[in-house]
Amino acid sequence: MNILIVAKRILRQFFRDKRSVALMVVAPGLILSLLWLVLDNDSRTAEVAVVEAPEQIYEQLASGKMEVSILDEKTAQKQLNDADIDALLKWDENRPLLILEGSDPTDHQMIRTSIQEAMGLDRKEAVSIQYWHGSEDMNFFDYTGPVLIGFFIFFFVFLVGGVSFLRERTQGTLERVLATPIQRYELVGGYLLGFGLFTLLQSVLIVLYSVYVLDMYMVGEMWRVLFITMLLALTALSVGTLLSTYAKNEFQMIQFIPLVIVPQLFFSGLFPIEGLSSWVQVLGKLMPLTYGAEALRGIMLRNENLGDLQWQVFMLLMFFAIFTLLNVKALRRHRNL
Amino acid sequence: MIELNGITHKFGKEKVLEGVDIFIDRGEIFGLLGPSGSGKTTLVRIMTGLLIPREGEVKLRNQRMPKRSLMKRFGYMAQENALYYELTAWENLDFFSSFYLRKQKKERMKYVLRITGLLEYRNRSVGSFSGGMRRRLSLAIAMVHDPEILILDEPTTGLDPVVRRSIWKEFHRLKEQGTTILITTHSMEEADKCDRLAMLRAGKVIAAGSPDAWKREYHTQTLEDVFLHFGGEEA
Repeated sequence: MNILIVAKRILRQFFRDKRSVALMVVAPGLILSLLWLVLDNDSRTAEVAVVEAPEQIYEQLASGKMEVSILDEKTAQKQLNDADIDALLKWDENRPLLILEGSDPTDHQMIRTSIQEAMGLDRKEAVSIQYWHGSEDMNFFDYTGPVLIGFFIFFFVFLVGGVSFLRERTQGTLERVLATPIQRYELVGGYLLGFGLFTLLQSVLIVLYSVYVLDMYMVGEMWRVLFITMLLALTALSVGTLLSTYAKNEFQMIQFIPLVIVPQLFFSGLFPIEGLSSWVQVLGKLMPLTYGAEALRGIMLRNENLGDLQWQVFMLLMFFAIFTLLNVKALRRHRNL
Repeated sequence: MIELNGITHKFGKEKVLEGVDIFIDRGEIFGLLGPSGSGKTTLVRIMTGLLIPREGEVKLRNQRMPKRSLMKRFGYMAQENALYYELTAWENLDFFSSFYLRKQKKERMKYVLRITGLLEYRNRSVGSFSGGMRRRLSLAIAMVHDPEILILDEPTTGLDPVVRRSIWKEFHRLKEQGTTILITTHSMEEADKCDRLAMLRAGKVIAAGSPDAWKREYHTQTLEDVFLHFGGEEA
């Protein structure tokens, strides 16, 4: 009963504060849109210059996915030097020699592949390729999208939840509420319920926007995605409220972002960490976002069900339970009942 | 009704209360006086169970604090206005009274808003309230469930005389009804209206008694002089 009273108040307060509502819904949408603009490009075409090549080679290259120009050696070298072109193909003792511009490592593979493809050196003809998961059209945005959805929900719930609990403390309302017959767990429960309902709405909007407007790759069930984002949001809320006990003001709450939030982004699968040494991977295993991101990827890219993801779901529940218990404990500082 | 036995408390190494004994009877209006920093607010927080003293015990209705079943027996008004500024006066009151009341909630809410002169402002957000209005709303929240004990930390500071009079009228009505009221105050005029007083200084009770007894004992006409007598340079 008291849980409902607290939850009702939180929702009321929330919808009074239009800006925070906008922050939690519009901001993730905006950032995802910007990322979509940046990442959702079809692979760009390489600009290649050919020097003293046989006509046949030129035509072959031009038929591939690149822009080809014929230049004399001097101009070509100057352009390569100024990074106007991506690569230079020339003949060195009757063998083709490819000189890459080389300052952007992400381009290397792309240029090599397009040149090899164009010259018929790839194995595409010999081996036909099919996709078990995903598709040929999938790009970096589709791969990172599920992680980012999880991240933004985690981030904004952490911040807004932490700050509003902090305010309860600095305004004195926390102490005032604890001078009523409420139990500590009811207060924490009310917070989880109020925020839980709100973040459910937030998650629905973010996921729908990503999938239907930004056309993010999604083969799984919507309710599973929402289940995971819900778990992530509750974990974020319990971490945020717990840490807010160690902050004296809003500014100190912001200081937790580089310590608690940003590292999670690095280790949660946005960058591949399989190849890293095992102790680095252990770091990722200690972070809730890792499990949320793995689960979201599993659902959205591979249509996994919750049975396939039981380990991730279990770990999220563990984080949630532990931090919630710590919250109830931390309130002892205010009332030993 | 309220019993404090040998309360001693420290914040870190600093002693804020030392051996405080106070006994308050049912239906008494008890005033706690003292200069700023004398430990009044700490003592009030100890009475409500929000703070556990290092030594000594607190009893409300002959039961030892902190105890959950006692939490609904008293109404508490803190020195700082613990209110949600985004919400209206009505919503704030509704939130706090929901922990105590169900059936008669609306009637009680209207009643305390009328007493504190806020009924017509109930749908305004607390953020737009003046300091005095916030004070009055905090008081309304403390009284809404008609508790046997009221613990009020500077309830009338910053209020105009008209509202103050209406509130004191209510205090006396509650007293007749058997409610025990503890208030802390700086105002001598208010101290005069209490049944008994205790003066706190540097964490110790340095005097206790009724206002008239004090005046007789220290041969003065007003309590102000008594306060200056005790308070010395700090007052």
